[in-house]
Amino acid sequence: MSRADVLVDADWAEAHLSDPKVVFVEVDEDVSAYDTGHLAGAVRLDWKTELQDQVRRDFVNKEQFEELLSQKGIGNDDTVVLYGGNNNWFAAYAYWYFKLYGHADVKLLDGGRKKWELDGRALTTDVQPRDKTSYKAQDQDLSIRAFRDETVAAIGNKNLVDVRSPDEFSGKLLAPAHLPQEQSQRAGHIPTALNVPWSKAANDDGTFKSDEELRALYAGVGLDSSKPTIAYCRIGERSSHTWFALHELLGEKDVKNYDGSWTEYGSLVGVPVEKDV
Amino acid sequence: MCGAPVQTLDLEGIDVAKESIVQGTVVRDGSPVPGAYVRLLDSSGEFTAEVKTSATGAFRFFAAPGVWTLRTLVPGGSVDTETKAVLGEVVELTVSV
Repeated sequence: MSRADVLVDADWAEAHLSDPKVVFVEVDEDVSAYDTGHLAGAVRLDWKTELQDQVRRDFVNKEQFEELLSQKGIGNDDTVVLYGGNNNWFAAYAYWYFKLYGHADVKLLDGGRKKWELDGRALTTDVQPRDKTSYKAQDQDLSIRAFRDETVAAIGNKNLVDVRSPDEFSGKLLAPAHLPQEQSQRAGHIPTALNVPWSKAANDDGTFKSDEELRALYAGVGLDSSKPTIAYCRIGERSSHTWFALHELLGEKDVKNYDGSWTEYGSLVGVPVEKDV
Repeated sequence: MCGAPVQTLDLEGIDVAKESIVQGTVVRDGSPVPGAYVRLLDSSGEFTAEVKTSATGAFRFFAAPGVWTLRTLVPGGSVDTETKAVLGEVVELTVSV
């Protein structure tokens, strides 16, 4: 797998807006962003109401995912191109999620909405409904998803990569700095975790850094490529971005995203926590 | 939630005493610039947060006390602005692009 298989640039996207086998899917935390303008023909996916079980804290199950994609008009043989705001955090999360349920051909639009907007490319408010499909998902590929027990067991044994900002890692902040700091769980990080903020993998315009820069980044902080890696953040979307860089761009073999992330780990009773401040 | 809420300069419902707020407006020739991307960089230049300005050009960060750089991206360029956040205070900035 190479960069071209998993990442497309804005020129490629613009040239494929009318391609019937390519479905552009916008995933934002702020779901109203789609209403203010989106790529022509793009469908919207709501990461919170459509990709999360609404009662238990978990993902929708395979049957629900099949129904969701069928309703959205996404077929098994379609090329799905994901993009969104927040430097593609939620699009990367959806990418990982599509991989989890075994979608064959899924790609990320490099730079997402930000690059598209800064380029001054066209957005539309027109919504074009797609014909319903009969989507079939695979069982979850748990080789890319880590749960809490595996994460605790990884302390001192596997690479743990905390991709939050340095202040969240140290325990100074509990959430990204554009949100009120009102959480109640413990602050800090998992012992032995390396702090490699997701943002180090991206340029100012939201595009991913080159493979050479990414390799130098992770080698420079001491990531041991001979060991499996678990990435985490606060709720699992920024770590999807890093999972994408490590697993999809650099081709690291055993990389999992811990989607429970700090909101789960920092609320567990009895687990070790390191705090630097 | 990790993403930025709709940006506003209204402080209603926020316990300012517990926060170190940096907020303001992005303007061009005196008019607000909606849809600009404002990045909050720490004292080492490391990215900390990013928001997109509202229809009125507004942005806000809940920072930690200390020195920060705001990097404002608009089509065709970017502008860096130095600022200092203080616990319990609201720093108000106007960023011209």
